[in-house]
Amino acid sequence: MNQAWKKQGINIRPGTVITGKWHQHRYVIKQKLGNGAIGSVYLCERNGHYGALKISENATSMTVEVNVLKSLGKVQGSRLGPSLMDVDDWEASRNSTYSFYVMEYLRGESLSGFIKKRGHEWTGIFMLQLLEDLEHLHQAGWVFGDFKSENLIVLSHPPKVRWIDVGGTTQIGRAIKEYTEFYDRGYWGLGSRKAEPSYDLFAFVMVFLNIYYPKRFEKGTSPKATLLKKLYDVRQLRVYRECLKKALLGNYQSSSEMRHDLLHAMNHARRPVRSHNRSDRRDSGKAPLAEGGGIMLAALFYYLSSFMLP
Amino acid sequence: MKKGTLKQILLITDGCSNKGEDPAVTAALAKQQGITVNVIGILDDDQTEDPEGLQEVEDIALSGGGVSQLVYKQALSQTVQTVTKQAMTQTLQGFVNQELKQILGPEQSLEEVEPEKRGEIMEVVEDMGETCDLEVLVLTDTSASMHDKLPTVKEALIDLSVSLNARIGRNRFCIFSFPGKRKDMEKVLDWSPKLDSISTIFPKLTSGGITPTGPAIREAVYQFGKKGLLKNLRDEDEPGVEEAGY
Ligand SMILES: Nc1ncnc2c1ncn2[C@@H]1O[C@H](COP(=O)(O)OP(=O)(O)OP(=O)(O)O)[C@@H](O)[C@H]1O
Ligand SMILES: [Mg+2]
Repeated sequence: MNQAWKKQGINIRPGTVITGKWHQHRYVIKQKLGNGAIGSVYLCERNGHYGALKISENATSMTVEVNVLKSLGKVQGSRLGPSLMDVDDWEASRNSTYSFYVMEYLRGESLSGFIKKRGHEWTGIFMLQLLEDLEHLHQAGWVFGDFKSENLIVLSHPPKVRWIDVGGTTQIGRAIKEYTEFYDRGYWGLGSRKAEPSYDLFAFVMVFLNIYYPKRFEKGTSPKATLLKKLYDVRQLRVYRECLKKALLGNYQSSSEMRHDLLHAMNHARRPVRSHNRSDRRDSGKAPLAEGGGIMLAALFYYLSSFMLP
Repeated sequence: MKKGTLKQILLITDGCSNKGEDPAVTAALAKQQGITVNVIGILDDDQTEDPEGLQEVEDIALSGGGVSQLVYKQALSQTVQTVTKQAMTQTLQGFVNQELKQILGPEQSLEEVEPEKRGEIMEVVEDMGETCDLEVLVLTDTSASMHDKLPTVKEALIDLSVSLNARIGRNRFCIFSFPGKRKDMEKVLDWSPKLDSISTIFPKLTSGGITPTGPAIREAVYQFGKKGLLKNLRDEDEPGVEEAGY
């Protein structure tokens, strides 16, 4: 048990066949997708279908994650986290058994990668998507907990941000199971580590700050002042600034409340953003900003219309 | 299952004991009295992950029924929490496994149960971990080599109390340092529900080369008992401080 905490992945060679001890399903390992604190994740194939197989020595933590995935699978209206396909053990040799589970393989790119490529106009869209999912999650009695950039992935057609790694997901009212300092309001001295919707909303803001501060930043002697300064320094977040600030300070009780404010800010900020952009262009002759505004409009239209056409 | 109080000693050190009895022995003695001993070994920045001298860290935790981890100073906060929570889960899972054995026979533990049924068992363990009361005695090495590490230790302990106090169950912490001025260990903070107050009182350094880890663990075990004694005496003066149930 002591050893399990050393941060070392489990190395399985591509081509290895993993056969479940209980259900006898066979998975062919294709490649490693990532390493985490608890285990390693591999791309695998069974009967021509791909899946993401997470494997670990720690049956306890794996069971906790499987419980969360099962609960999330029951939430109506949104696909929260990857869907769960199988849970089993692998007897790699006579005295080494691993726990694994197979989930939906989410193929995409990082939030910041996508935004860099396709434009900052998408930032607001992803905010709305995430808040909508968070609202469903919170309604179902859960808090995501370890909400951070690494745990988000953007699928392409159409662009949709999804959650991976639900290891920190905690029932509302309990102590947050897993967190990452930069995203944790307790670390910033701005609240407790109790699982409440506002805990996720704080981390949510940090995800978007992280896009503009990829190296993150120190909290300094006055953490709250540092945070607000960093927020105000990002020009691209200007439209959302007041909402984000309110979330950092824990003044939103629900995601839907924050989403409502954001949507309002976005709808009313369109014109100023474009005119500012235009003047930018005149000054520097840089990016074609009218086009940027156009993309934002199109994206917003696309997003809004996705509600009307079920 | 009855809701109980988990008792843990959290030993934070950066080197080997060199005075008094074998710490693995006193840790085993603690375990026999229902107290888990967890150990965090702090590595210097230039040390490799597996220094020979720190084998003791793992040995103490093994015989104390707890969890051990070697860590660089920078990652101390997260490690202190992981180790504490991991040890809680381990202990609680031990209880549950025992119950399971009574129901299902001697060979049963979580790994031997089919995956579908593990979920329910872990739910019970998680419920217990969230609601049980917890007592942590922090035993921190303050010998000369710890000098530049103590501010980080302090931060990590405050952070631990922030995390644990988000639980539904109640917590009590106390802090001892070793070696003490005259004795093997010295009280830094008496049993209290929070650790914020340590900012002002964190130990001044005891210099000198002795590290009486073994005797300090023995003393620490005694502190749990002593509190029980005091509890009986004080019960009427301080209602609510020590009461077990809600
Ligand atoms: N369903 C999935 N589809 C595609 N890739 C995935 C999937 N799940 C995980 N990954 C990849 O594997 C990596 C590690 O997975 P995960 O975060 O679940 O592990 P972990 O042990 O919980 O890590 P940590 O808690 O440290 O973040 C992820 O960062 C991601 O790149
Ligand atoms: Mg995780």
